[in-house]
Amino acid sequence: MTEQRVSYTLESTLDTVNSAEETATKLANEAGFDDEEVMKIAMAVREAAVNAVLHGNAYDPGKKVTVAFERTAKDLVITIRDQGKGLDPNKIPDPLAPENLLKTSGRGIFLIRSFMDAVEINPSQTGTEIKLIKHVHGTAAGGKEASQ
Amino acid sequence: MSMKTSTRQVDGVTIVDCSGRITLGEGSVILRDTVRDLLAKGNKKILLNLGDVNYIDSSGIGELVSAFTTVKNQGGELKLLNLTKKVHDLLQITKLYTVFDVKDDEAGAVKAFAK
Repeated sequence: MTEQRVSYTLESTLDTVNSAEETATKLANEAGFDDEEVMKIAMAVREAAVNAVLHGNAYDPGKKVTVAFERTAKDLVITIRDQGKGLDPNKIPDPLAPENLLKTSGRGIFLIRSFMDAVEINPSQTGTEIKLIKHVHGTAAGGKEASQ
Repeated sequence: MSMKTSTRQVDGVTIVDCSGRITLGEGSVILRDTVRDLLAKGNKKILLNLGDVNYIDSSGIGELVSAFTTVKNQGGELKLLNLTKKVHDLLQITKLYTVFDVKDDEAGAVKAFAK
């Protein structure tokens, strides 16, 4: 098939979160995923967009969020980049640990990893890039961590 | 579809019928304000009917946890009713299903509150 890539540069707002989720839903449907997989992909994208807007850019109107969707023969890849301080994936507390179960936040990355086939988190001093990968034919279910 | 709530009283229990999406922003705020208002009025037995909640994100999950602990800390009880499959699955994978008292029968849920 023809590879497709589309990229958007968006404001640090909730509208960006909703827009990224809607686009993910549309593209996942077009890629032939079933309803449950579409919901998981869209939710993972929503969580990543929330992280970028809320935790990365902290709603700063001077900072942008870039969302790129790429469809290859094997994968649907969504890359979300913010301009924040950089998220260290090694410092994210385990939301399933008993002492964290009743915390009101901190589940976004866990859900992303649960719903996608591979996740790459690449922090830098100029922001965080998170790449979400779903295999089109579901050859590797289960949220495995890709190399970082 | 945004989040909507309506409340009704059954045998001393406040049932909050929720519909729509509980997500970052409006949905979470509406849930938070609803629970806060009920507690302010002395309604401490709260049953959240999530039967028409078709979507919840991590912020919404956090809001449910916040509601649960806030009510509990004020000496009340908060239970969940009629989870959709999506919400049920989310609470399972986040290990919160056993934290919440989840019911699927309204009459039984009302009876389960302490008298």
